[in-house]
Amino acid sequence: MNVERITEKLNILADAAKYDVSCASSGSKRQNKDKGLGNASNGICHTYTEDGRCVSLLKILFTNVCIYDCAYCVSRKNNDIKRAAFTVQEVVDLTISFYRRNYIEGLFLSSGIFKDADYTMERLVQVAKKLRLEHNFNGYIHLKSIPGASDELMREAGLYADRLSINLEMPTEAGLKLLAPEKNRQDMITPMNFLKDEIILRTEEKKLFKKAPMFAPAGQSTQVIIGATPETDQQILQMSDQFYKGFKLKRVYYSGYVPVLSDSRLPALNTAVPMVRENRLYQADWLMRFYHFKVNEIVNHDNPLLDLDIDPKLSWAIRNLHEFPVDINKADLRMILRVPGIGVQSAQKIVAARAFRKLNWDQLKRLGIAINRARYFITCNSPQYERRDLTGTAIKQYILAESQSKYIKNSTVQLNLF
Amino acid sequence: MTTLIYDGTFEGLLTAVFEIYEQRLTHVRMQKGEWHNTALFENVVKVVTENTRATRVLKGLKQKLSAQGLQRLYAAHMAEMEGEDDNLVGYIRYVFDSPKNVEEDYGNKYVMRVSEIVRMVRREKHRMEAFIRFQELKDKTYYSAIEPDYNVLPLLIKHFRNRYADQKWIIYDIKRSYGLYYDLHETQYISLDFATINPGNVISAYEDNEAVYQELWRNYFTSVNIPARKNTKLHLRHVPKRYWKHLTEKI
Repeated sequence: MNVERITEKLNILADAAKYDVSCASSGSKRQNKDKGLGNASNGICHTYTEDGRCVSLLKILFTNVCIYDCAYCVSRKNNDIKRAAFTVQEVVDLTISFYRRNYIEGLFLSSGIFKDADYTMERLVQVAKKLRLEHNFNGYIHLKSIPGASDELMREAGLYADRLSINLEMPTEAGLKLLAPEKNRQDMITPMNFLKDEIILRTEEKKLFKKAPMFAPAGQSTQVIIGATPETDQQILQMSDQFYKGFKLKRVYYSGYVPVLSDSRLPALNTAVPMVRENRLYQADWLMRFYHFKVNEIVNHDNPLLDLDIDPKLSWAIRNLHEFPVDINKADLRMILRVPGIGVQSAQKIVAARAFRKLNWDQLKRLGIAINRARYFITCNSPQYERRDLTGTAIKQYILAESQSKYIKNSTVQLNLF
Repeated sequence: MTTLIYDGTFEGLLTAVFEIYEQRLTHVRMQKGEWHNTALFENVVKVVTENTRATRVLKGLKQKLSAQGLQRLYAAHMAEMEGEDDNLVGYIRYVFDSPKNVEEDYGNKYVMRVSEIVRMVRREKHRMEAFIRFQELKDKTYYSAIEPDYNVLPLLIKHFRNRYADQKWIIYDIKRSYGLYYDLHETQYISLDFATINPGNVISAYEDNEAVYQELWRNYFTSVNIPARKNTKLHLRHVPKRYWKHLTEKI
C-alpha cells in the first residue's frame, strides 16, 4: 500500500464529497449472512464533525475529475484544483478496513463524471459488486447514480446497493438551467422513475419468492441545494412533497449553499451558509413525513417562507389558535402530534399512559414533552391553563423570551469581540 | 422499614422480591453488598441468592410483562445506578399487584422511573455501538477499550456478534475490569491482567498497518469538516468529552 498516495487521494476525494449532506445508513434490512462481515440494519452515527454533522458512512468521490461545469460545485471542470481518482480496489480496501475498526456503517460513493455517464457508473457498480461478492460485505452501500446512465447499470446497482440517489441539485428546473446549463432535469427524473418502478416490481417479487434478491432495500433519495438560487420555501417544500408522493423517495436532503466559488450568478463568497433555514426545512420535512401535516398547512401563498425565529410546528399552531387548546387526555393521536413541544415518541407514550389514568402537568413533563412550548396549547388533569386569552404574538414573545438559548443562538452573524 | 441486603445480581434482586412476598414485608429498602454487624438494631434481611426462587419470580414476571417489558427491566438493572434498586423493586411489586399489564402506565412513578433509567442505559449502549474503535492486533484480533458510565457490556454482545462474525474481537471495560471475547465461535467474558503487560509490548502487539488506518481515519475526519459551518456546541452534545480518550479521531 502506497500510504502517501492513498492519504492524498482520501484527503482530496473526501473533501470534495463533504458537501453531499446525505448520511443516512438506516432503513435497510440487510443481515449478516454466512458468518460474513457486517449488517446494514442499524443506522449508527459513529462520530460527528466539528460542525455537528453526523458521520456514519465513508463518504467519498470515486474521482473529482468532471466533464461538467456546474457553477455551485467545487469539482467543476474549470475550477483549478488538484484532481485524483481511486481505483476500485482502493475504495474496497478502505471500506473494509474502516468497517472492521467500527469507524463506519458502510460506504457512500459518489463521483465526478469522467468520460461519460455509463463509464463512471460502471466503476461505482464494480466497487459495490466486489464488496458484496468477494468480501461477503453486508454493511450499508449508498451509490450516487449518475444521471444518464443506462437502465442495465441502474438495475445492477440496485442489486448491490442499499440505497441509490440522484441529486436534483436545484429545487426548480429554472434554477438548474441557470447554474448548470449543461444539465437537464429530465435526465435526473428518468432514472428516478425507472428506479421507482423497479423497486415496486422487486418488492412484489420478494413477496412471492422469498429467495428473490433484494433491490435497493433502503430506497432512493435526492438532494437539493438551497440558497444558491432564489426559490421560496413554499416552492422547495412543494417540490419535495411531489417527489415523496410521485417517486416514493425515502428522503429529500436540503443542503444550505456553502459559497466555495466566485461567480456572478451565485451569492458572494462571504455570504453566510443558510444554516437556520436549512434546519427549518428539515423540521418542515419531518412534519410532512411523521406528523401528518400537509405541505400547504406549513407553507402557502400567504406564508411562502418558513419563520426563522420559531420552528414550523409552533408557527402553524400560532396561525391556527382556533384548533387549541387540545385536551391531552381525550384528543386523538393525530391532534396530539400537532401540539408544539410534543414529539412522536412522547405523543405515543401519552396515548398509552392515559389508558391507565389522566395525566397532569408533572407527569407530562416527566414524559419528556417541552412544557415551555406545549403549555400554551393544551389542557390536562391540572387546573391551570396557561394560554388564558393570549394572542399568537404574545405567545410567541413568551416562548422566545423563555427559550433564548435554543432560538437566539441561531443568529447567523456571530460577533467576536476579542 | 426492613433493609434487604443482596449481592447486586439480577438473580439476587429477584430472590429479594421472593423474600418480600414470602415474609409479607411492606416497607423495604434495598442495599447492595455484604452484611455487617453494625446493622444489629435495624430490621435487616440478608438475601441469599437462590436460582430456584429467582426463577419463580422471573416466571411470574413473564406472565405479567411483555418480552420487551422484561428486557427493559433487565436493562434498567444492568445500569447499576446508585440508589435505584428501591425503584426497581417498587416497579416489580406494582407489576405483581396489578391485575393487568402496567408497563405503559407512565403516570405511575415507578413505571416512569424505570422508563427514564432505560432511556439512559439504551443511550449509552447506543453510544458504545457507535464509539467503540477497534485496533487490529498481530494475531488478527480486534481490540477495543471502553469506559461507559453504566455497565452496558452485556447488552452489546448481540450487536457486535451480528456485525463482526468473521473477525475475532475483544471489548474491554477498563472501569469494571472485565471484557468480552469473541473467538469466531463463542462469546465469553474475560478479565485481563494489565499489570503484567509491558507498555512497549502493547504497541508491538499491533498489526503493521494499524497505525496507517488510524491516521487515514483521522485525515478523513478532518477532511469532511466544513469550517464555514463550525458548531462546537452541537459537536460536544453529540460527542461528549468523556468519550474522547478512546476515540481514534479525537486523540
